[in-house]
Amino acid sequence: MYSVLGAGVAGLCVATALSERGLPVELVAGPDIPASHWAGGMLAPMCEGESAPPEVVHMGKHAADWWSARFDGVHWRGTLVVASPRDQAELQRFARATRGHHTVDPADYEADLKGRFSRALYFPEEAHMDPRAAMACLRQRLADRGVATVKTPKGQIIDCRGLAARDQLPDLRAVRGEMLVVRAADVNLTRTVRLLHPRFPCYVVPRGQGIYMIGATMVESDDDGPITARALMEMLSAVYTIHPAFAEAQLLETGTGLRPSFPDNIPCIREAGGRIHVNGMYRHGYLAAPYLAEELADRLTNEIQHAS
Amino acid sequence: MFYGVNLKSRLMLGTAQYPSPAILAEAIAASGTEVITVSLRREGTGGTAFRDLIRASGCRILPNTAGCHTAKEAITTAHMAREVFGTNWIKLEVIGHADTLQPDPFALVEAARVLCADGFDVFPYTTEDLIVGEKLLEAGCQVLMPWGAPIGSGQGLRNAAGLETMRAHFNGVPLVVDAGIGAPSQAARAMEMGFDAVLLNTAVAKAVDPVGMARAFGNAVEAGQMAYSAGLMPPRDMASASTPIFGMAELA
Repeated sequence: MYSVLGAGVAGLCVATALSERGLPVELVAGPDIPASHWAGGMLAPMCEGESAPPEVVHMGKHAADWWSARFDGVHWRGTLVVASPRDQAELQRFARATRGHHTVDPADYEADLKGRFSRALYFPEEAHMDPRAAMACLRQRLADRGVATVKTPKGQIIDCRGLAARDQLPDLRAVRGEMLVVRAADVNLTRTVRLLHPRFPCYVVPRGQGIYMIGATMVESDDDGPITARALMEMLSAVYTIHPAFAEAQLLETGTGLRPSFPDNIPCIREAGGRIHVNGMYRHGYLAAPYLAEELADRLTNEIQHAS
Repeated sequence: MFYGVNLKSRLMLGTAQYPSPAILAEAIAASGTEVITVSLRREGTGGTAFRDLIRASGCRILPNTAGCHTAKEAITTAHMAREVFGTNWIKLEVIGHADTLQPDPFALVEAARVLCADGFDVFPYTTEDLIVGEKLLEAGCQVLMPWGAPIGSGQGLRNAAGLETMRAHFNGVPLVVDAGIGAPSQAARAMEMGFDAVLLNTAVAKAVDPVGMARAFGNAVEAGQMAYSAGLMPPRDMASASTPIFGMAELA
Protein backbone atom coordinates (compact mmCIF):
# COMPACT_ATOMS: atom_id res chain seq x y z
CA MET A 1 0.00 0.00 0.00
CA TYR A 2 1.20 3.50 -0.87
CA SER A 3 0.01 6.37 1.30
CA VAL A 4 0.05 9.66 -0.57
CA LEU A 5 0.29 12.57 1.84
CA GLY A 6 -1.26 15.78 0.58
CA ALA A 7 -4.19 16.36 -1.73
CA GLY A 8 -2.83 19.27 -3.74
CA VAL A 9 -2.05 18.87 -7.41
CA ALA A 10 1.08 16.78 -6.70
CA GLY A 11 -0.70 14.34 -4.38
CA LEU A 12 -3.73 13.95 -6.63
CA CYS A 13 -1.63 13.36 -9.74
CA VAL A 14 0.58 10.82 -7.94
CA ALA A 15 -2.41 8.96 -6.48
CA THR A 16 -4.06 8.96 -9.91
CA ALA A 17 -1.01 7.67 -11.76
CA LEU A 18 -0.34 4.94 -9.18
CA SER A 19 -3.95 3.86 -9.06
CA GLU A 20 -4.12 3.71 -12.86
CA ARG A 21 -1.17 1.29 -12.82
CA GLY A 22 -3.10 -0.93 -10.47
CA LEU A 23 -0.97 -0.12 -7.44
CA PRO A 24 -2.76 0.02 -4.08
CA VAL A 25 -3.06 3.65 -2.97
CA GLU A 26 -4.66 5.67 -0.23
CA LEU A 27 -4.82 9.44 0.08
CA VAL A 28 -4.09 11.33 3.30
CA ALA A 29 -5.35 14.89 2.97
CA GLY A 30 -3.75 17.55 5.15
CA PRO A 31 -5.54 20.36 6.93
CA ASP A 32 -4.14 23.17 4.76
CA ILE A 33 -5.45 24.59 1.52
CA PRO A 34 -2.90 23.47 -1.08
CA ALA A 35 -0.97 26.13 -3.02
CA SER A 36 -2.45 24.67 -6.21
CA HIS A 37 -5.87 25.91 -5.11
CA TRP A 38 -4.67 29.41 -6.03
CA ALA A 39 -3.11 28.51 -9.37
CA GLY A 40 -3.95 30.01 -12.74
CA GLY A 41 -4.42 26.70 -14.51
CA MET A 42 -2.30 27.68 -17.49
CA LEU A 43 -0.87 24.70 -19.33
CA ALA A 44 1.77 26.85 -20.92
CA PRO A 45 5.18 25.15 -20.91
CA MET A 46 6.57 27.24 -23.75
CA CYS A 47 5.72 30.55 -22.09
CA GLU A 48 7.11 29.31 -18.78
CA GLY A 49 10.35 28.67 -20.65
CA GLU A 50 10.90 32.41 -20.56
CA SER A 51 12.38 32.00 -17.10
CA ALA A 52 12.06 28.29 -16.34
CA PRO A 53 14.89 25.91 -17.28
CA PRO A 54 14.48 23.40 -20.16
CA GLU A 55 13.72 20.60 -17.66
CA VAL A 56 10.45 22.28 -16.73
CA VAL A 57 9.50 22.93 -20.36
CA HIS A 58 10.17 19.26 -21.06
CA MET A 59 8.07 18.10 -18.08
CA GLY A 60 5.21 20.31 -19.16
CA LYS A 61 5.21 19.28 -22.79
CA HIS A 62 2.52 16.63 -22.45
CA ALA A 63 0.73 18.04 -19.41
CA ALA A 64 -2.27 19.29 -21.38
CA ASP A 65 -2.63 15.83 -22.96
CA TRP A 66 -2.48 14.19 -19.55
CA TRP A 67 -5.19 16.45 -18.18
CA SER A 68 -7.32 16.15 -21.33
CA ALA A 69 -7.35 12.37 -20.99
CA ARG A 70 -8.88 12.65 -17.51
CA PHE A 71 -10.72 15.96 -17.39
CA ASP A 72 -12.95 17.41 -20.10
CA GLY A 73 -12.35 21.05 -19.16
CA VAL A 74 -9.02 21.59 -20.94
CA HIS A 75 -9.30 24.45 -23.42
CA TRP A 76 -6.84 24.17 -26.28
CA ARG A 77 -6.86 27.83 -27.19
CA GLY A 78 -3.18 28.74 -27.05
CA THR A 79 -1.68 31.75 -25.27
CA LEU A 80 -1.44 35.36 -26.42
CA VAL A 81 1.43 37.45 -25.08
CA VAL A 82 1.14 41.22 -25.43
CA ALA A 83 2.94 44.34 -24.23
CA SER A 84 2.04 48.00 -24.24
CA PRO A 85 3.67 50.11 -26.98
CA ARG A 86 6.23 51.42 -24.48
CA ASP A 87 7.26 47.90 -23.46
CA GLN A 88 7.82 46.39 -26.90
CA ALA A 89 11.36 45.54 -25.84
CA GLU A 90 9.83 43.09 -23.33
CA LEU A 91 8.02 41.35 -26.18
CA GLN A 92 11.29 41.01 -28.11
CA ARG A 93 12.98 39.59 -25.05
CA PHE A 94 10.15 37.13 -24.43
CA ALA A 95 10.25 36.01 -28.06
CA ARG A 96 13.98 35.42 -27.84
CA ALA A 97 13.71 33.45 -24.60
CA THR A 98 10.91 31.11 -25.75
CA ARG A 99 10.01 28.78 -28.60
CA GLY A 100 6.86 27.58 -30.30
CA HIS A 101 5.35 30.98 -31.04
CA HIS A 102 4.70 33.28 -33.95
CA THR A 103 3.83 36.94 -34.21
CA VAL A 104 0.17 37.71 -34.89
CA ASP A 105 -2.37 40.50 -34.81
CA PRO A 106 -4.12 39.76 -31.51
CA ALA A 107 -7.42 41.05 -32.89
CA ASP A 108 -7.49 38.02 -35.21
CA TYR A 109 -7.62 35.81 -32.11
CA GLU A 110 -9.46 37.88 -29.52
CA ALA A 111 -11.84 40.43 -31.02
CA ASP A 112 -11.85 42.38 -27.75
CA LEU A 113 -8.17 43.19 -28.19
CA LYS A 114 -8.83 44.98 -31.49
CA GLY A 115 -7.07 48.32 -31.58
CA ARG A 116 -5.46 47.75 -28.19
CA PHE A 117 -2.27 45.94 -29.18
CA SER A 118 -0.80 45.95 -32.66
CA ARG A 119 0.99 42.64 -32.29
CA ALA A 120 1.24 39.64 -30.00
CA LEU A 121 3.16 36.41 -29.65
CA TYR A 122 0.86 33.45 -30.14
CA PHE A 123 1.70 30.05 -28.63
CA PRO A 124 -0.74 27.73 -30.43
CA GLU A 125 0.15 24.50 -28.58
CA GLU A 126 -0.77 25.78 -25.13
CA ALA A 127 -3.99 25.34 -23.18
CA HIS A 128 -5.71 26.37 -19.98
CA MET A 129 -8.25 24.95 -17.54
CA ASP A 130 -9.97 25.71 -14.27
CA PRO A 131 -7.53 24.14 -11.81
CA ARG A 132 -10.09 23.73 -9.04
CA ALA A 133 -12.46 21.89 -11.36
CA ALA A 134 -9.54 19.74 -12.54
CA MET A 135 -8.61 18.82 -8.96
CA ALA A 136 -12.24 18.07 -8.08
CA CYS A 137 -12.35 15.81 -11.12
CA LEU A 138 -9.24 13.90 -10.00
CA ARG A 139 -10.65 13.52 -6.49
CA GLN A 140 -13.88 12.13 -7.92
CA ARG A 141 -12.02 9.76 -10.23
CA LEU A 142 -9.96 8.48 -7.30
CA ALA A 143 -13.09 7.91 -5.24
CA ASP A 144 -14.68 6.10 -8.19
CA ARG A 145 -11.60 3.87 -8.40
CA GLY A 146 -12.00 2.99 -4.76
CA VAL A 147 -9.02 4.99 -3.47
CA ALA A 148 -9.81 5.78 0.15
CA THR A 149 -9.09 9.09 1.83
CA VAL A 150 -7.88 8.33 5.34
CA LYS A 151 -6.57 10.17 8.39
CA THR A 152 -3.67 7.90 9.34
CA PRO A 153 -1.30 6.46 6.72
CA LYS A 154 -0.93 2.68 6.71
CA GLY A 155 1.43 2.18 3.75
CA GLN A 156 4.72 3.38 2.36
CA ILE A 157 4.65 7.14 2.46
CA ILE A 158 4.83 9.28 -0.65
CA ASP A 159 5.06 12.80 0.67
CA CYS A 160 3.34 15.41 -1.50
CA ARG A 161 2.57 17.90 1.23
CA GLY A 162 4.17 20.91 -0.45
CA LEU A 163 5.51 23.43 1.99
CA ALA A 164 4.40 21.38 5.00
CA ALA A 165 7.23 18.98 4.14
CA ARG A 166 9.81 21.57 5.19
CA ASP A 167 10.27 19.41 8.31
CA GLN A 168 11.83 16.75 6.03
CA LEU A 169 13.24 18.93 3.26
CA PRO A 170 15.25 21.78 4.76
CA ASP A 171 15.99 23.41 1.39
CA LEU A 172 12.32 23.80 0.55
CA ARG A 173 11.27 27.45 0.68
CA ALA A 174 8.11 29.45 0.08
CA VAL A 175 7.55 31.84 -2.81
CA ARG A 176 4.49 33.91 -2.07
CA GLY A 177 1.95 34.40 -4.84
CA GLU A 178 -1.09 36.64 -4.81
CA MET A 179 -4.05 36.33 -7.16
CA LEU A 180 -7.56 37.59 -7.72
CA VAL A 181 -10.73 36.49 -9.42
CA VAL A 182 -13.05 38.99 -11.06
CA ARG A 183 -16.31 38.94 -12.99
CA ALA A 184 -15.98 41.21 -16.00
CA ALA A 185 -19.21 40.83 -17.95
CA ASP A 186 -18.08 43.32 -20.61
CA VAL A 187 -14.84 41.55 -21.43
CA ASN A 188 -14.78 38.54 -23.69
CA LEU A 189 -11.47 36.70 -23.77
CA THR A 190 -11.31 33.00 -24.58
CA ARG A 191 -7.66 32.21 -23.96
CA THR A 192 -4.88 33.12 -21.57
CA VAL A 193 -3.49 36.60 -22.19
CA ARG A 194 -0.14 37.52 -20.68
CA LEU A 195 0.81 41.16 -20.37
CA LEU A 196 4.53 41.80 -20.22
CA HIS A 197 5.82 44.63 -18.11
CA PRO A 198 9.30 45.30 -16.76
CA ARG A 199 8.05 45.18 -13.17
CA PHE A 200 4.48 43.90 -12.99
CA PRO A 201 3.96 41.16 -15.54
CA CYS A 202 0.56 39.52 -15.19
CA TYR A 203 -1.76 37.07 -16.83
CA VAL A 204 -5.49 36.69 -17.22
CA VAL A 205 -7.01 33.22 -17.49
CA PRO A 206 -10.66 32.97 -18.56
CA ARG A 207 -12.82 30.75 -16.38
CA GLY A 208 -15.96 31.18 -18.51
CA GLN A 209 -19.14 33.16 -17.84
CA GLY A 210 -17.21 36.41 -17.70
CA ILE A 211 -15.04 35.21 -14.82
CA TYR A 212 -11.29 35.71 -14.96
CA MET A 213 -8.41 34.67 -12.78
CA ILE A 214 -5.67 37.30 -12.60
CA GLY A 215 -2.22 36.47 -11.31
CA ALA A 216 0.24 36.40 -9.89
CA THR A 217 2.95 38.00 -7.82
CA MET A 218 6.25 36.30 -6.96
CA VAL A 219 7.67 37.35 -3.61
CA GLU A 220 10.48 35.59 -1.74
CA SER A 221 8.49 35.32 1.46
CA ASP A 222 6.68 32.75 3.57
CA ASP A 223 4.11 35.25 4.77
CA ASP A 224 0.71 33.88 3.77
CA GLY A 225 -1.22 36.92 4.96
CA PRO A 226 -3.83 38.58 2.74
CA ILE A 227 -3.00 40.20 -0.58
CA THR A 228 -1.19 43.54 -0.28
CA ALA A 229 -2.69 46.74 -1.62
CA ARG A 230 0.35 47.09 -3.87
CA ALA A 231 -0.17 43.67 -5.45
CA LEU A 232 -3.85 44.37 -5.94
CA MET A 233 -3.16 47.76 -7.51
CA GLU A 234 -0.44 46.46 -9.77
CA MET A 235 -2.47 43.54 -11.05
CA LEU A 236 -5.63 45.58 -11.54
CA SER A 237 -3.79 48.31 -13.41
CA ALA A 238 -2.15 45.63 -15.56
CA VAL A 239 -5.50 44.10 -16.57
CA TYR A 240 -6.87 47.58 -17.12
CA THR A 241 -4.10 47.94 -19.70
CA ILE A 242 -5.29 44.73 -21.37
CA HIS A 243 -8.87 45.99 -21.49
CA PRO A 244 -10.35 49.11 -19.84
CA ALA A 245 -13.65 47.30 -19.20
CA PHE A 246 -11.82 45.41 -16.43
CA ALA A 247 -12.29 48.62 -14.44
CA GLU A 248 -15.99 47.74 -14.16
CA ALA A 249 -15.27 44.18 -13.05
CA GLN A 250 -16.50 42.89 -9.72
CA LEU A 251 -13.81 41.57 -7.42
CA LEU A 252 -14.98 38.08 -6.45
CA GLU A 253 -11.96 36.74 -4.64
CA THR A 254 -8.40 37.46 -3.66
CA GLY A 255 -5.98 34.81 -2.50
CA THR A 256 -2.46 34.22 -1.31
CA GLY A 257 -0.60 30.96 -1.72
CA LEU A 258 2.89 29.82 -0.83
CA ARG A 259 4.60 27.95 -3.64
CA PRO A 260 6.84 25.15 -2.36
CA SER A 261 10.17 25.69 -4.11
CA PHE A 262 13.63 24.14 -4.19
CA PRO A 263 16.67 26.39 -4.77
CA ASP A 264 16.66 25.66 -8.51
CA ASN A 265 12.86 26.08 -8.72
CA ILE A 266 12.63 22.70 -10.48
CA PRO A 267 9.95 20.26 -9.26
CA CYS A 268 11.35 16.81 -8.50
CA ILE A 269 11.10 13.39 -6.89
CA ARG A 270 13.44 12.86 -3.96
CA GLU A 271 14.09 10.28 -1.32
CA ALA A 272 14.68 11.63 2.16
CA GLY A 273 13.86 10.56 5.69
CA GLY A 274 12.84 7.06 4.57
CA ARG A 275 10.11 8.31 2.28
CA ILE A 276 9.61 9.41 -1.29
CA HIS A 277 8.91 13.09 -1.84
CA VAL A 278 7.25 14.71 -4.82
CA ASN A 279 7.66 18.38 -4.14
CA GLY A 280 9.02 21.77 -5.15
CA MET A 281 6.24 22.41 -7.66
CA TYR A 282 7.02 26.17 -7.48
CA ARG A 283 4.77 27.75 -10.13
CA HIS A 284 4.69 24.63 -12.27
CA GLY A 285 2.40 22.25 -10.40
CA TYR A 286 -0.11 21.61 -13.18
CA LEU A 287 2.69 21.21 -15.71
CA ALA A 288 5.11 19.11 -13.71
CA ALA A 289 2.93 17.00 -11.40
CA PRO A 290 1.56 14.73 -14.17
CA TYR A 291 5.08 14.11 -15.50
CA LEU A 292 6.57 13.36 -12.09
CA ALA A 293 3.58 11.23 -11.12
CA GLU A 294 4.00 9.06 -14.22
CA GLU A 295 7.74 8.85 -13.65
CA LEU A 296 7.18 7.70 -10.08
CA ALA A 297 4.53 5.22 -11.19
CA ASP A 298 7.02 3.81 -13.75
CA ARG A 299 9.66 3.48 -11.08
CA LEU A 300 7.41 1.76 -8.54
CA THR A 301 5.95 -0.58 -11.17
CA ASN A 302 9.49 -1.59 -12.25
CA GLU A 303 10.54 -2.17 -8.65
CA ILE A 304 7.61 -4.51 -8.13
CA GLN A 305 8.38 -6.39 -11.36
CA HIS A 306 12.04 -6.78 -10.35
CA ALA A 307 11.05 -7.96 -6.90
CA SER A 308 8.81 -10.67 -8.32
CA MET B 1 37.88 51.96 -0.33
CA PHE B 2 34.24 51.60 0.53
CA TYR B 3 33.92 52.44 4.21
CA GLY B 4 37.33 50.95 4.86
CA VAL B 5 36.72 47.87 2.72
CA ASN B 6 38.89 47.20 -0.30
CA LEU B 7 37.19 45.31 -3.10
CA LYS B 8 39.03 43.39 -5.75
CA SER B 9 36.03 43.06 -8.03
CA ARG B 10 34.37 46.37 -8.74
CA LEU B 11 31.09 44.86 -9.84
CA MET B 12 28.22 44.89 -7.37
CA LEU B 13 25.27 42.69 -8.21
CA GLY B 14 21.57 42.89 -7.37
CA THR B 15 19.77 39.67 -6.43
CA ALA B 16 16.20 40.27 -7.68
CA GLN B 17 14.36 38.74 -10.65
CA TYR B 18 16.58 35.73 -11.29
CA PRO B 19 14.91 32.55 -12.59
CA SER B 20 15.93 30.77 -9.37
CA PRO B 21 18.21 31.12 -6.35
CA ALA B 22 20.40 28.40 -7.87
CA ILE B 23 20.96 30.42 -11.06
CA LEU B 24 21.53 33.51 -8.93
CA ALA B 25 24.27 31.67 -7.03
CA GLU B 26 25.91 30.58 -10.29
CA ALA B 27 25.71 34.12 -11.67
CA ILE B 28 27.32 35.54 -8.53
CA ALA B 29 30.17 33.06 -8.83
CA ALA B 30 30.62 33.70 -12.57
CA SER B 31 30.68 37.47 -12.15
CA GLY B 32 33.41 37.41 -9.51
CA THR B 33 31.49 39.99 -7.49
CA GLU B 34 32.19 40.39 -3.78
CA VAL B 35 29.17 42.57 -2.95
CA ILE B 36 25.53 41.72 -3.53
CA THR B 37 22.51 43.84 -2.71
CA VAL B 38 19.33 42.40 -1.26
CA SER B 39 15.93 44.02 -0.84
CA LEU B 40 13.82 43.72 2.26
CA ARG B 41 10.92 46.09 1.89
CA ARG B 42 8.55 43.78 0.08
CA GLU B 43 9.77 40.44 1.42
CA GLY B 44 9.78 41.54 5.05
CA THR B 45 10.51 39.10 7.83
CA GLY B 46 9.01 36.26 5.76
CA GLY B 47 11.98 36.18 3.39
CA THR B 48 14.36 34.25 5.66
CA ALA B 49 14.77 31.22 3.39
CA PHE B 50 15.84 33.32 0.42
CA ARG B 51 18.20 35.37 2.58
CA ASP B 52 19.85 32.22 3.90
CA LEU B 53 20.54 31.16 0.31
CA ILE B 54 21.98 34.61 -0.41
CA ARG B 55 24.27 34.42 2.61
CA ALA B 56 25.61 31.08 1.40
CA SER B 57 27.27 32.93 -1.53
CA GLY B 58 29.88 34.21 0.93
CA CYS B 59 29.64 37.71 -0.54
CA ARG B 60 29.48 40.86 1.52
CA ILE B 61 25.82 41.87 1.74
CA LEU B 62 24.67 45.38 0.93
CA PRO B 63 21.02 45.42 1.98
CA ASN B 64 18.91 47.98 0.15
CA THR B 65 15.79 49.98 0.84
CA ALA B 66 14.28 49.42 -2.63
CA GLY B 67 10.56 50.10 -2.68
CA CYS B 68 10.68 52.83 -0.01
CA HIS B 69 9.05 56.11 -0.94
CA THR B 70 9.63 58.15 2.23
CA ALA B 71 12.59 58.83 4.50
CA LYS B 72 10.74 57.21 7.36
CA GLU B 73 10.12 53.94 5.48
CA ALA B 74 13.74 53.86 4.36
CA ILE B 75 15.02 54.41 7.90
CA THR B 76 12.80 51.65 9.30
CA THR B 77 13.89 49.27 6.54
CA ALA B 78 17.56 50.11 7.17
CA HIS B 79 17.20 49.23 10.83
CA MET B 80 15.52 45.96 9.95
CA ALA B 81 18.34 45.22 7.49
CA ARG B 82 20.98 45.84 10.14
CA GLU B 83 19.22 43.43 12.44
CA VAL B 84 18.66 40.77 9.79
CA PHE B 85 22.08 40.86 8.14
CA GLY B 86 24.25 42.12 10.98
CA THR B 87 25.87 44.81 8.82
CA ASN B 88 26.02 48.59 8.97
CA TRP B 89 26.10 48.78 5.19
CA ILE B 90 22.92 50.06 3.62
CA LYS B 91 22.14 51.01 0.05
CA LEU B 92 19.77 53.87 0.60
CA GLU B 93 17.05 54.21 -2.00
CA VAL B 94 14.20 56.62 -1.54
CA ILE B 95 12.04 56.51 -4.63
CA GLY B 96 10.44 59.74 -5.74
CA HIS B 97 8.47 58.48 -8.67
CA ALA B 98 6.86 55.07 -9.01
CA ASP B 99 7.26 54.80 -12.77
CA THR B 100 10.78 56.11 -13.43
CA LEU B 101 11.99 55.05 -9.96
CA GLN B 102 13.91 58.33 -9.88
CA PRO B 103 15.37 59.02 -6.42
CA ASP B 104 13.75 61.68 -4.26
CA PRO B 105 16.87 63.73 -3.41
CA PHE B 106 15.24 65.66 -0.56
CA ALA B 107 14.04 62.60 1.34
CA LEU B 108 17.32 60.87 0.46
CA VAL B 109 19.43 63.53 2.18
CA GLU B 110 17.08 63.54 5.16
CA ALA B 111 17.27 59.75 5.57
CA ALA B 112 21.05 59.74 4.98
CA ARG B 113 21.57 62.26 7.77
CA VAL B 114 19.59 60.16 10.25
CA LEU B 115 21.21 56.88 9.26
CA CYS B 116 24.81 58.21 9.19
CA ALA B 117 24.29 59.65 12.66
CA ASP B 118 23.06 56.25 13.72
CA GLY B 119 26.27 54.54 12.66
CA PHE B 120 25.19 53.20 9.27
CA ASP B 121 27.58 53.11 6.31
CA VAL B 122 25.26 54.66 3.78
CA PHE B 123 25.51 54.05 0.02
CA PRO B 124 22.99 56.57 -1.33
CA TYR B 125 21.34 55.97 -4.71
CA THR B 126 21.29 59.48 -6.14
CA THR B 127 21.37 61.40 -9.42
CA GLU B 128 24.46 63.05 -10.93
CA ASP B 129 23.46 66.35 -9.29
CA LEU B 130 26.53 67.87 -7.65
CA ILE B 131 24.68 69.79 -4.97
CA VAL B 132 22.76 66.73 -3.84
CA GLY B 133 26.08 64.88 -3.80
CA GLU B 134 27.64 67.54 -1.57
CA LYS B 135 24.66 67.46 0.80
CA LEU B 136 24.98 63.68 1.06
CA LEU B 137 28.68 63.93 1.91
CA GLU B 138 27.85 66.61 4.44
CA ALA B 139 25.25 64.27 5.92
CA GLY B 140 28.03 61.76 6.52
CA CYS B 141 28.02 59.53 3.43
CA GLN B 142 31.46 58.40 2.29
CA VAL B 143 30.29 56.88 -0.99
CA LEU B 144 27.93 58.23 -3.67
CA MET B 145 25.97 56.12 -6.12
CA PRO B 146 24.77 58.18 -9.08
CA TRP B 147 22.39 56.54 -11.52
CA GLY B 148 23.39 55.77 -15.07
CA ALA B 149 19.75 55.79 -16.16
CA PRO B 150 16.40 54.88 -14.53
CA ILE B 151 16.39 51.53 -12.71
CA GLY B 152 15.80 48.60 -15.02
CA SER B 153 15.86 50.74 -18.18
CA GLY B 154 19.14 49.45 -19.62
CA GLN B 155 19.79 52.85 -21.20
CA GLY B 156 23.37 53.03 -20.00
CA LEU B 157 25.07 56.31 -19.08
CA ARG B 158 22.27 58.63 -20.11
CA ASN B 159 24.09 61.76 -19.04
CA ALA B 160 27.70 60.79 -19.57
CA ALA B 161 28.91 64.40 -19.53
CA GLY B 162 27.16 64.98 -16.19
CA LEU B 163 28.78 61.85 -14.78
CA GLU B 164 32.22 63.02 -16.01
CA THR B 165 31.67 66.30 -14.21
CA MET B 166 30.62 64.47 -11.07
CA ARG B 167 33.72 62.26 -11.22
CA ALA B 168 35.93 65.32 -11.55
CA HIS B 169 34.11 67.25 -8.84
CA PHE B 170 34.23 64.52 -6.19
CA ASN B 171 37.87 63.65 -6.56
CA GLY B 172 38.77 60.97 -4.03
CA VAL B 173 35.19 60.08 -3.10
CA PRO B 174 34.26 56.51 -4.04
CA LEU B 175 31.60 56.77 -6.75
CA VAL B 176 29.52 53.82 -7.92
CA VAL B 177 27.35 53.99 -11.03
CA ASP B 178 24.14 52.36 -9.90
CA ALA B 179 21.16 51.51 -12.10
CA GLY B 180 20.34 51.77 -15.75
CA ILE B 181 23.29 49.72 -17.04
CA GLY B 182 22.14 47.43 -19.84
CA ALA B 183 25.33 46.22 -21.53
CA PRO B 184 28.86 45.28 -20.46
CA SER B 185 30.24 48.01 -22.75
CA GLN B 186 28.34 50.60 -20.67
CA ALA B 187 29.77 49.19 -17.46
CA ALA B 188 33.25 49.25 -18.96
CA ARG B 189 32.77 52.85 -19.99
CA ALA B 190 31.80 53.89 -16.47
CA MET B 191 34.98 52.26 -15.18
CA GLU B 192 37.08 53.89 -17.91
CA MET B 193 35.68 57.23 -16.76
CA GLY B 194 37.21 56.58 -13.35
CA PHE B 195 34.20 55.40 -11.40
CA ASP B 196 35.10 53.07 -8.57
CA ALA B 197 32.44 50.43 -9.15
CA VAL B 198 29.27 49.58 -11.02
CA LEU B 199 26.09 48.17 -9.51
CA LEU B 200 23.51 46.43 -11.66
CA ASN B 201 20.79 43.81 -11.54
CA THR B 202 18.26 43.55 -14.38
CA ALA B 203 20.79 43.31 -17.21
CA VAL B 204 22.10 40.08 -15.68
CA ALA B 205 18.97 38.69 -14.02
CA LYS B 206 16.79 39.04 -17.11
CA ALA B 207 19.38 37.98 -19.67
CA VAL B 208 18.44 34.84 -21.54
CA ASP B 209 21.55 33.30 -19.94
CA PRO B 210 22.10 35.15 -16.65
CA VAL B 211 25.27 33.21 -15.81
CA GLY B 212 26.90 34.01 -19.15
CA MET B 213 25.91 37.66 -18.83
CA ALA B 214 27.26 37.84 -15.28
CA ARG B 215 30.63 36.63 -16.55
CA ALA B 216 30.52 39.19 -19.37
CA PHE B 217 29.87 42.02 -16.91
CA GLY B 218 32.60 40.81 -14.56
CA ASN B 219 35.10 40.88 -17.41
CA ALA B 220 33.91 44.25 -18.71
CA VAL B 221 34.18 45.92 -15.32
CA GLU B 222 37.65 44.50 -14.86
CA ALA B 223 38.69 45.64 -18.34
CA GLY B 224 37.35 49.14 -17.74
CA GLN B 225 39.13 49.39 -14.41
CA MET B 226 42.43 48.15 -15.87
CA ALA B 227 42.11 50.60 -18.75
CA TYR B 228 41.54 53.51 -16.41
CA SER B 229 44.57 52.64 -14.28
CA ALA B 230 46.70 52.08 -17.37
CA GLY B 231 45.84 55.55 -18.68
CA LEU B 232 43.64 55.81 -21.73
CA MET B 233 44.90 57.69 -24.74
CA PRO B 234 42.84 60.76 -25.43
CA PRO B 235 41.06 60.71 -28.81
CA ARG B 236 43.07 62.57 -31.47
CA ASP B 237 41.72 65.00 -33.95
CA MET B 238 43.02 63.92 -37.34
CA ALA B 239 40.81 66.40 -39.18
CA SER B 240 43.44 69.13 -39.05
CA ALA B 241 47.02 68.26 -39.85
CA SER B 242 49.46 68.88 -37.02
CA THR B 243 52.66 68.43 -39.08
CA PRO B 244 53.46 69.42 -42.66
CA ILE B 245 52.36 66.76 -45.09
CA PHE B 246 55.56 65.50 -46.64
CA GLY B 247 55.90 63.69 -49.89
CA MET B 248 52.23 63.35 -50.65
CA ALA B 249 51.40 63.49 -54.35
CA GLU B 250 49.39 66.48 -55.41
CA LEU B 251 47.11 65.09 -58.07
CA ALA B 252 44.87 68.03 -58.68
